[in-house]
Amino acid sequence: MSFPLLTATAALPAIGAIATAAVPAARRTAAKWLALLFSLATLVLAGLVFVRFEPGGDRYQLTESHAWIAEFGVRYELGVDGIGVALLALTALLIPFVILAGWHDADPLETKSSRWRPTQGFFALILMVEAMVILSFEATDVFLFYILFEAMLIPMYFLIGGFGDRAHSGSDENAAAQRSYAAVKFLLYNLAGGLIMLAAVIGLYVVAGSFSLAEIAEARANGSLEMATGTERWLFLGFFFAFAIKAPLWPLHTWLPNAMGEATAPVAVLITAIVDKVGTFAMLRFCLQLFPEASKWATPVIIVLALISIVYGALLAVGQRDIKRLIAYASISHFGFIVLGIFAMTSQGQSGATLYMVNHGISTAALMLVAGFLITRRGSRLIADYGGVQKVAPVLAGTFLIGGLATLSLPGLAPFVSEFLVLVGTFSVYPAAGVIATSGIVLAALYVLVLYQRTMTGPVKAEVRGMPDLRVRELAVALPLIAVLIGLGVYPKPLTEVVNPAVKHTMQDVQKQDPQPEVEAAK
Amino acid sequence: MENLIALLVAAPLLGAAVLLCGGRRLDRAGHWIGTLLAAASFVVGVVLFSAMLGYEAEARTMRQHLFSWIPVEGFQADIAFQLDQLSMTFVLLITGVGTLIHIYSIGYMEHDERRRRFFGYLNLFLAAMLLLVIADNYLLLYVGWEGVGLASYLLIGFWQHKPSAATAAKKAFLVNRVGDMGLSVAIMLMFTTFGTFAFGPVLSATGETSEGKLTAIGLMLLLAACGKSAQVPLQSWLGDAMEGPTPVSALIHAATMVTAGVYLIVRSGAIFDAAPDAQLAVVVVGAVTLLFGAIVGCAKDDIKKALAGSTMSQIGYMILAAGLGPIGYVFAIMHLVTHGFFKAGLFLGAGSVMHGMNDEVDMRKYGGLRKYMPVTFVTFGLGYLAIIGFPGLSGFFSKDKIIEAAFAKGGTEGWILGSVALLGAGITAFYMTRVMLMTFFGEKRWQPDAEGREPHPHESPKSMTIPMIVLAFGSVFAGGFFAIGDRFTHWLEPVTRYDHGHAPVSAATVTGATMVVLLAGAALAWAMYGRRPIPVVAPRGSLLTRAARRDLLQDDFNHVVLVRGGEHLTRSLVYVDHSLVDGVVNGTAASFGGLSGRLRKLQNGYARTYAVSMFGGTAVLIAATLLMRAV
Amino acid sequence: MNPVNYLYLAALLFTIGASGVLVRRNAIVVFMCVELMLNACNLALVTFSRMHGNLDGQIVAFFTMVVAAAEVVVGLAIIVSLFRSRHSASVDDASLMKL
Repeated sequence: MSFPLLTATAALPAIGAIATAAVPAARRTAAKWLALLFSLATLVLAGLVFVRFEPGGDRYQLTESHAWIAEFGVRYELGVDGIGVALLALTALLIPFVILAGWHDADPLETKSSRWRPTQGFFALILMVEAMVILSFEATDVFLFYILFEAMLIPMYFLIGGFGDRAHSGSDENAAAQRSYAAVKFLLYNLAGGLIMLAAVIGLYVVAGSFSLAEIAEARANGSLEMATGTERWLFLGFFFAFAIKAPLWPLHTWLPNAMGEATAPVAVLITAIVDKVGTFAMLRFCLQLFPEASKWATPVIIVLALISIVYGALLAVGQRDIKRLIAYASISHFGFIVLGIFAMTSQGQSGATLYMVNHGISTAALMLVAGFLITRRGSRLIADYGGVQKVAPVLAGTFLIGGLATLSLPGLAPFVSEFLVLVGTFSVYPAAGVIATSGIVLAALYVLVLYQRTMTGPVKAEVRGMPDLRVRELAVALPLIAVLIGLGVYPKPLTEVVNPAVKHTMQDVQKQDPQPEVEAAK
Repeated sequence: MENLIALLVAAPLLGAAVLLCGGRRLDRAGHWIGTLLAAASFVVGVVLFSAMLGYEAEARTMRQHLFSWIPVEGFQADIAFQLDQLSMTFVLLITGVGTLIHIYSIGYMEHDERRRRFFGYLNLFLAAMLLLVIADNYLLLYVGWEGVGLASYLLIGFWQHKPSAATAAKKAFLVNRVGDMGLSVAIMLMFTTFGTFAFGPVLSATGETSEGKLTAIGLMLLLAACGKSAQVPLQSWLGDAMEGPTPVSALIHAATMVTAGVYLIVRSGAIFDAAPDAQLAVVVVGAVTLLFGAIVGCAKDDIKKALAGSTMSQIGYMILAAGLGPIGYVFAIMHLVTHGFFKAGLFLGAGSVMHGMNDEVDMRKYGGLRKYMPVTFVTFGLGYLAIIGFPGLSGFFSKDKIIEAAFAKGGTEGWILGSVALLGAGITAFYMTRVMLMTFFGEKRWQPDAEGREPHPHESPKSMTIPMIVLAFGSVFAGGFFAIGDRFTHWLEPVTRYDHGHAPVSAATVTGATMVVLLAGAALAWAMYGRRPIPVVAPRGSLLTRAARRDLLQDDFNHVVLVRGGEHLTRSLVYVDHSLVDGVVNGTAASFGGLSGRLRKLQNGYARTYAVSMFGGTAVLIAATLLMRAV
Repeated sequence: MNPVNYLYLAALLFTIGASGVLVRRNAIVVFMCVELMLNACNLALVTFSRMHGNLDGQIVAFFTMVVAAAEVVVGLAIIVSLFRSRHSASVDDASLMKL
């Protein structure tokens, strides 16, 4: 038997979480370094997965399969396709930066009790989330995926509710109340989706008699598993609802601004750049593969919802007064693009959507983490409290601008490639939807530039004067992310190579073909 | 030789990277690095140009394929360059004028502590603009297209501490983005129609699709061109863009970037030729902007804004020419090049004046400067003569040809367009004479500024005057050089094609009419501003003057409809999101909470109540058991 | 005597005990009423044992006694500590269960 690389990639951060949690209270710094070390080791393993994965090979590679709950046919089945590899790499790449950016976010305010270990807990929870997210990208057993999909809510709940943003306009009690409101809202919203998905998972088992993705998909493809139209649609809706909450899609989005606003910046990145990607990833992997007919049936509605998300999210971002909520609404707009690309059901759209997941993760991380550095300095999240930062902290302003430009999909940076692919993929089948979505690029420019103008330019505000520029640790967070953004913007080929075959498989699942260009079709 | 093409972009890009990432230790050498790399790009351009001249006229296109950029099923985008005569013309203009303006900026920005960064941005602009003109497909062009937008944003807002500069920068970027949307949709249309967006395949396959599709593509390209080239209705950003340092106005907002729209239309000529409706839209936009810009230029007292109006108007000429089809393409580009010389020269002259006048921009506070700044006066004067089309100077050859071509369009359309172009020439003469008279002639009108500093007008340093002199040479001789023996036409013909058209009037008649209109405009300006003293405070003026001062109310329209409307929209959406969408969610939560609150009342804490429910429960159970047994 | 009469008595005693538990507030009285209910059950169990002619009921009755004895120990202890803390033996004063 070969070395279980996928299990190891998920197990390493889990072990790291336990090890970090076990570090004695007094050795906080050691716990941080330990967590960073484990996340870097995971990155190495993820790199190994990326290298070992052969784009031209089988659909699922590096597979592992063990009996788990034999009575119900639940198996511990892992395997990655190109889409999974890309997202796995994204997760492993971002976590070290999340840890590094949150270096001081969980330092105890007063060291009264020697047994109180918030720092250890914070980093252990982050690693725990990483382990679960990575495993969920690898799971090819529907039940296993469901368990992880739900279980990752628990560490996230504690991360949001337990470690809030210290920059809060209200009193301490007020802050705590809002924080716990956000955490509970996050948990309940996602649990509600998860429970409906559980019902659908059970329904699927009743219909198909198996939880194995590969088995069901194959049975669906060769016709040995017939599903009544109504059944398929209900099951699809059950799955899709859960994923649409996680993604989040309008109108199921309202938990995101609260959660991102109240959480610390690194945790906000964890939510939007990593955990939410499980939702869109699952649409691509489970909804389309298990329920191709129902997916096509629901496409018109989903396209409309995605368009609403794009425009609505962007407009609301323009109207925000809080930096982090603004970024949250921008993310909602971007998730609209991802869903649009997935359900346009063209090669360009789906490749674009996958790249979009990766690129959005990196660009949001860059913007949000730098915003976090800014917020920590001034102790306020309100845009109006800033002004003229560019003058006192040019490097901070510069990195913030590049993060913002990535968010507005400036050509040359990575998000442009994916956004354009999504637009082209959508336009070739739904021209009107493509044009409406294109208006998102103007709105994106509006909210990013308004944010930049109000915080960074203009006369220097008194409170901002004396603000230090980025420190070495913060530069170590911002610069590599920017380098990746530029690198993937100019040379996205390594990623597209991995993603293309997987998209081809998905296109076969839904039995769709790209429309031929008019001129060639005429020939 | 082909492999040198990438160097054109690489040199300034390297400069931008080094200068922007280098940090303070490069402060002392930064401007030299920037200038050197711009010059290096120019040298590469000249080398390529001489190589190109060595080839046959029909086989001059050079290509370089770097790597496959976005390879996705059915969608191939490459990083590949194509350098033909059209691109070459732009490369020489951009790098040549660019290098001169780099040199000028060394002096102009001498006292700015962020000079290194300024040169970094300038280099970034050069790289993006060169990419725009040498890309071999529309998507890569789009990268350059937005890249120049970014550079323009950074440079307009260079003095970010001024809120007006930051706002102007944002506005420029946003308006450009609206245009970019057009380009983006055009590329998508090309992809669905042709399956590709490389110049070669798309432009050679225009015959194989319907006119409707081509019209749609053409209109979208026109929207893009309107955004970048400040054409009506997306012209409003250009005036505000004058908040940037003057070298920026000269390079980006006069000589190069704003002409990118003309490049796009000429480059896509094959599409427009096959879509007459789109072509008509182009000439209409060109003609309207030509008058719009000229009228605005007549009313502005800010020297840079007056010149900005003029830029808008001159680009209107170019767009008009580009919309005429093969009759006009060559002249659009020719006017673009000569305009690059004289307008850059005029802006640099304006910068030189401001440099000597404590950054005062109001022409009403100048006057009589010819005695204090002789070099500036002479170079500015030559640029002035060139732009109004004084016989023998650059503008004469290029503008006259456009007016001729407009008449040659034929039919009523030709008469209308020709008359508009002719009228525009008259207004140009008027507003440029006005600028000239208010700045260099008459009594001196300057006063101490708010801090009580009296301006001491003086000639600018050598680093500033030399570029002005070089550009003045270009303003004087370039047109003649291009026009004699139809050199320029022959040069560009293989790429853009050329067609004489059938002029209803002879060339001499057109030239004569132009001269008459020109003299009338200049004479009117002299009558209004040369004979009478100019009041320091602007008179109220006629209704048209007041409207023109406010950019013919277009900004007010934008403000009321887009800005105010947008604010209300976002504000109400924020409210809707909070109270309606989130309200449903919180309402669900609250109703569950209410229900459990009711149920909670049953648990009142008295042991007796619990006992009652126990007994009651037992009684019910027993009763049920008995009933079941009885049944 | 008809053994059914004993069952009537047991039912009567149980009812008295139950209503005492529900109605009375003094913890001691409530406690005694609980004892009364337990003993009513014992009586019924013994009666059933007699009626069916086996010893099962008697065995369970013994269990009940043991449980009752244990209950007395715990219950009285609770009542005493309740009285100490609240200076009252009323069950209504111990209503902290509600939120």
